[in-house]
Amino acid sequence: MSRPSTVALVIIGLLACAVLGIFAFSGPLTAAHQPRLDANRELVARFGLTDLALFTEARYTRHPSQADLHSALQDHPGAFDHFPSGSLLSPPAHLTRDRTDSHEPVAGKTASPD
Amino acid sequence: MIELLDIKKAFNQNRPNEYWALHGIDLAVEAGKVTAFRGPSGSGKTTLLTIVGCLSRPTSGRVRFKGEDISALPERFLTDIRRQSFGFVFQQFNLIKGLSALENVILPAFPTGRPRAELVARAGELFERLQLTHRAQAKVEWLSGGEQQRVAIARALINDPEVIIADEPTANLDTALSMEFMAILEGFTAAGKTVLLTSHDPLVVESSAVHRVVGMRDGRLIGD
Amino acid sequence: MNPWLEKQRHLIDFTLASLARRKTRNIGLLVAYTLLVFVLASLTLFSNALRSEAKYVLAGSPEVILQRMVAGRHDLIPPGYLEQIGRIRGVQKKEGRLWGYYYDPVLNANYTFMARPASEVADGMIMVGEALARERGLAKNNTISFRSYSGKLFTFEVAAVLSPDSELLSADLVLLSEDDFRRFFEYPEGHYTDIALSVANPQEVRNVAAKLTAALPDSRPILREEVQRTYQSVFDWREGILLTVLAGAILAFAILAWEKAAGLSAEEKREIGILKAIGWETGDVIRMKIWEGLLISLTAFLGGFLAAYVHVFHFGAAVFEPVLKGWSVLYPKFALVPAVDGLQVATLFFFTVFPYTAAILVPIWRAAITDPDAVMR
Repeated sequence: MSRPSTVALVIIGLLACAVLGIFAFSGPLTAAHQPRLDANRELVARFGLTDLALFTEARYTRHPSQADLHSALQDHPGAFDHFPSGSLLSPPAHLTRDRTDSHEPVAGKTASPD
Repeated sequence: MIELLDIKKAFNQNRPNEYWALHGIDLAVEAGKVTAFRGPSGSGKTTLLTIVGCLSRPTSGRVRFKGEDISALPERFLTDIRRQSFGFVFQQFNLIKGLSALENVILPAFPTGRPRAELVARAGELFERLQLTHRAQAKVEWLSGGEQQRVAIARALINDPEVIIADEPTANLDTALSMEFMAILEGFTAAGKTVLLTSHDPLVVESSAVHRVVGMRDGRLIGD
Repeated sequence: MNPWLEKQRHLIDFTLASLARRKTRNIGLLVAYTLLVFVLASLTLFSNALRSEAKYVLAGSPEVILQRMVAGRHDLIPPGYLEQIGRIRGVQKKEGRLWGYYYDPVLNANYTFMARPASEVADGMIMVGEALARERGLAKNNTISFRSYSGKLFTFEVAAVLSPDSELLSADLVLLSEDDFRRFFEYPEGHYTDIALSVANPQEVRNVAAKLTAALPDSRPILREEVQRTYQSVFDWREGILLTVLAGAILAFAILAWEKAAGLSAEEKREIGILKAIGWETGDVIRMKIWEGLLISLTAFLGGFLAAYVHVFHFGAAVFEPVLKGWSVLYPKFALVPAVDGLQVATLFFFTVFPYTAAILVPIWRAAITDPDAVMR
């Protein structure tokens, strides 16, 4: 009969080794993805892409970085959304930040929601 | 071996429900003998046992154990002395439910850090002596009253203490089991252990196994 | 063995034996705890991996995109704008882009149509993203018809399907020639969707943007750093659904843990009294409980984290897919770079292991400092 403490410590030890292993092998595992990342960056550059195709349901979720304040974010930049993905994405920072910091003071870019 | 000098004990001191359980006890307990405290409930005999066994401190007065004043020691040292030198058999047995008899018996030795194999072997010896070997793996709540008491006795002996303290040991036992307990008590004396117990059971206090009977009433000793 | 170690093992033995007495309850707690860590860790790993992937990949996107705004809406770039930009210093290359959305009633899905120069895609041909090809059952040399918004039917031949490795970027893409694009959408000649600009010197980008707004006051430049930053806040903890789901889960667990840890029963108090009476110090009782807290929370943390790692990097965060998918039909299949951020893991560790152990200790401390003679009273 093995002691409960032995069983528990062995389980925790194994789990801890696995977690440490993740950290230890994170470098090589990440490196294996490098060619894919480079190919994708090249694709982005070639086609001039600006966004991830993660949420394809609405204009402003498919291309959040290209969205304009009014139609894109519907009623309010922080409002809950008709589209579920809309509540996973926050409005792009350049739409909501303080306009004194902004390089483009024009084109309907109100600092406060209207 | 144990000397008590003018022991007083108050509960809820300086509060409206202040209550003095002991009013100045002077007593010397001889080593290797069985001493019984007899008295009605509320006479202070259990309180006296808790002070002797380092479970609590007197409000005033001194306790000397093997010549050393232990009443002023900090909790840590008191716990050490209690663990090494005293074994307790409680009236309600106070076993930990859900654990096996074996686990209960070796529990007092955990803080000492002795290897488990050694503890299990020692518990095995005790079980054999107390005819409990077949029940070692049983959960304590499945045991009969007599078996539970023997587990409690084995637990009191695991650290091989010099003094056994038993509070009303026969209160929950029938005559046959009480006789059995007295036989175990004689075994303690033969092994050179000092025993302190409380009882108002004539079977205990009139037994030949008991060397000295101390009467108590209202927190004071009354004649030997 | 060292007595100190042996003692700790005794304490672990005891605390495990105690836990085993209420097996279902404690296993239930461990499972709930592990699940919570799993969800939190999955979110952390997933969003972190997605952010770093987006940051790296989108570093290839155009330095500046110039949109024209009319009444607060993105509008077409009229002819002549490209020429006006030509005079701004620092702009290395400028290109009018043509892209837009198409709703496909066959799949109820939205596609992104993008025009490419004839050198890349010939008239009558298209290149499609892998997710789209999968959903519509397309392969190279297949033909497909789209009914345009004006009701005309256009048939294209698939010249190529884009690499599955790029699905995260190209899932819904349809690349077609400029002529086809203009015909299909009846896009007015000389107009563009927006303008992509290359600026060679990164220091110049903001100056160029300022000059652009001065030269074309109705336009709005979007910088590459802004594009990249857009994805740095994706799955931020403040995001609606995540916050709602997480708040619920964390609250439920807090109640569970509190109920388990703080509700010290009379039975447990009695046991602590017994332990102290038979020679355990206050410190031993507390150490025993620390072990209980550590064993449960460490197992839950390590188990939950490992499960989350496997879930995110080997099963593509399948649990989140329905949430991420939302109403959209096309959902990219993608593998993320299995990078783990030590600081994030440490934060997660602190916020899951520490509160539980503390919740166990507080009531025990109160109980453990009671007098050991309580059991005799």
